Amino acid sequence: MAETAGTFPRPARRLWALAGLLAALSLLFLFWHLRGPTGFILSLRATRLAALILVGAATGMATVLFQTVAANRLLTPGIVGIDALFIFLQTALVATLGGLGYALLPEFGRFLAETALLTLAATALFGLLLRRGAGDVTRMILTGVILGVLLRGLAELAQRMLDPSEFAVVQQAMFASFGSVPTGALWMAAVVLVGAGALAIAMAPALDVAALGRPTARGLGLAHDRLAVAALMLVAAMVAVATALVGPVTFLGLIAAALGRVLAGTYRHAVLLPAAGLSGAAILVAGQFVFERLLGLHSTLAVLVEFFGGLLFLALVLNRRSA
Amino acid sequence: MIEVRSLSYAAGATPILHEVGLDLAPRGITALIGPNGAGKSTLLHCIAGLARPGAGTVRIDGLDPFAVPDRRRARQVALLQQSPTVASRLRVAELVGFGRWPHHAGRPGPEDARVVAEALTAFELDALAARPLDTLSGGQRQRAMVAMAYAQATPWLLLDEPLNALDPRHARDLMARLHDLSRPGPDGRAVVVVLHDINAAALWADRVVAMKDGRVIASAGADEVLRAEILEEVFDTRFEIVPHRGRQLVVTL
Amino acid sequence: MTAGLRLWLGLGTALAALAGLSLCIGAASLFSGDLGTGWLIAVSRFPRTAAALLAGMGLALAGVVIQQTVQNRLVEPALTGTPEAAMLGLLGVTLIAPGAAPVWKMAAATASALIGTAGFLALARRIPRQDPMLLPLVGLIYGGILGSAGLWLAWTTDLVQYLGIWRLGEFSGVVQGRYELLWGIAALALLVYAAADRITLLGLGETQARSLGLNYAQTRTLGLVAVAAITALVIVTVGALPFVGLVAPNLVSRWRGDNLRANLPLVAAGGAGMVLAADILGRVLREPYEIPAATVFGVFGAGVFLWLLYAAPGPARNG
Repeated sequence: MAETAGTFPRPARRLWALAGLLAALSLLFLFWHLRGPTGFILSLRATRLAALILVGAATGMATVLFQTVAANRLLTPGIVGIDALFIFLQTALVATLGGLGYALLPEFGRFLAETALLTLAATALFGLLLRRGAGDVTRMILTGVILGVLLRGLAELAQRMLDPSEFAVVQQAMFASFGSVPTGALWMAAVVLVGAGALAIAMAPALDVAALGRPTARGLGLAHDRLAVAALMLVAAMVAVATALVGPVTFLGLIAAALGRVLAGTYRHAVLLPAAGLSGAAILVAGQFVFERLLGLHSTLAVLVEFFGGLLFLALVLNRRSA
Repeated sequence: MIEVRSLSYAAGATPILHEVGLDLAPRGITALIGPNGAGKSTLLHCIAGLARPGAGTVRIDGLDPFAVPDRRRARQVALLQQSPTVASRLRVAELVGFGRWPHHAGRPGPEDARVVAEALTAFELDALAARPLDTLSGGQRQRAMVAMAYAQATPWLLLDEPLNALDPRHARDLMARLHDLSRPGPDGRAVVVVLHDINAAALWADRVVAMKDGRVIASAGADEVLRAEILEEVFDTRFEIVPHRGRQLVVTL
Repeated sequence: MTAGLRLWLGLGTALAALAGLSLCIGAASLFSGDLGTGWLIAVSRFPRTAAALLAGMGLALAGVVIQQTVQNRLVEPALTGTPEAAMLGLLGVTLIAPGAAPVWKMAAATASALIGTAGFLALARRIPRQDPMLLPLVGLIYGGILGSAGLWLAWTTDLVQYLGIWRLGEFSGVVQGRYELLWGIAALALLVYAAADRITLLGLGETQARSLGLNYAQTRTLGLVAVAAITALVIVTVGALPFVGLVAPNLVSRWRGDNLRANLPLVAAGGAGMVLAADILGRVLREPYEIPAATVFGVFGAGVFLWLLYAAPGPARNG
């Protein structure tokens, strides 16, 4: 412990550097080629920027939490089917309320209801997975993945059973899009995410112990299971909000968490969590800026994140095995 | 007769075997002993024609295992790999039946059926004949694999640590079975077996080849090789040879 | 022998019943209406039925081959990057030579599927077999990478609508003159069956197979070609049908074991029957709309996969 105390200033400085980078990126995002009705465009861009930062930070932090609880750095909440759960829930909502009823729901209420439902369902799903697969991480991941495929298939089947017009309503929500964000929901999302983030950082010392693995952590007197459930609820809330805001992005968390670990250079969650959050936000803002503003390409960011995230996953698997 | 001449093998940049020379007479049990990483498995693979050496030659009864067709080679020498992880759901009798594949290539005849039945009986597998491999215990699966190699009916049988996963009784039974079938006679096989249990070598082997760091340190009759000074050189630890009821017992100190 | 005969009689009857059903069901009535019965069957119903049977049979056989090659039961052609690689090849040929004949497009798809599958095999060699759950996961991600590369390529070249067609396998577009390439699967199936013993030997692992005199590299290449060609044929003509190559071989293997000489016909019949059943179900579930066979089968297949993940190896019955 003495050693970590000695190295404390460096991670903190890195965090500030990372925050500075994010701020610079944000300014670039806001003011690059600002023309025309300045106020209107600025408010439009600010909304988008806020959504990107919220989603990136939430995904990064949620992934670190999830990896700690599962004691595995290959996992992301996205891999184990959270996006499929989202689509499934949305379809279920449309199927029960009807397309019109769904569309008539007030935006606030719908967002809140979707988030609450997703949090509940995701906590149950993750809890079930972690319990069944405590000793066998790969089986657990694979179960999550296939469960995701099953949910997606069920959702698709249900959608096909719907009227074609109602089908269109659901289909809108099925792909990650950083282009259009419901402005009204943004404030709600911000409140939920900031709260969850603060709670997660408050749990940091306990998470440091939990990262040693369940048996060791229990041996050290940590109520590991209670901590795991609490952490999973936070994960579910964060991912639910992020998914409800922009839709599913499977591999963003993996990249953000890996980058956060490298940049933070420590196992301490008090540093690791913010680092991963800042990394996630920076990746999204930078990516969106480059693709939309510089290259003029729309809606390719999600695809690229999947591509490089997949490569990163394979690299992690192969390195782990050969090490 | 197996003749190995100045055989060298490297895995990438890492040399595994250096200029190995070895003659094995076509009878009895030859035990291959040595510390982990000595090159025992690699030597076995080179002899069986499964790993192509960087330099040197191998002759099995005059046959170059790398020059003859695969099935011809598989009628001369059979190799059972170390702890094979078989995911297949073949039944035991089907697996042993594949030992005859080099002989019939897909069209088994009555002779093949006879050999398979004999192999099943010889390794006490009759009761398990219809069981899929993945429902067997590790030891049972190991016996089925040995039976398959046996059914190959080759003059040479190479086994890489066959006693892995076997309990003392089945280990003893397997060695006794190998001992019987390696006695000189019309059906006599030559058995080359990698053993980690030096006492099993002392008990069953006619000859012992000791290897270390990719080289053959000693190759002679069991009594000549299993001496304290040779074992100490090979394993870098101290041994004592204790006479016990007319046999030799190797004890580490 | 009589048990075997009874099995085949039962299976044949079931397949014939499914095929008969498939010939009768559809948007246009077979017996009343302006269209002649014979014409309808020849142009639409028979091609559709044959396409479903051929695609199902082919994918099931491809599943067996890839499973034996990598010695892992949880892998199938859709989890090896093969369909995504085939799509990439198809995109490539569509970009370079938009007017190429279907046979050439097919060849390009097969060639790139071959490369993609070879890449997966190279990955598989680096992953230890002690953890059988890891390989399908790696394959899934590998396919995802190839898939997103294809999606990106399609986006930048305005070919996205093509991808949509290939991604979800369905048979509603199958009519006379648009599916005949699938008969290539019948030839490939014969080839696979002729190599049944050799493919069984692949499943024993490289060392053991070679020790038994198998030309391992040659056999593996043959299997690779069969898997790539079958997958490419199915992708190009009807689209992706995930889980078929997983479900049929695993069910047969748990039931009758892994002796392919005896069981390959069962696997083929099982795959064919299941895909046809999924297609029929897709036609009747929401008349007059059609649900793609891939969607129907996906739900069933994912369920079976989950079961396989947790099911203990069951004893196969004798027979």
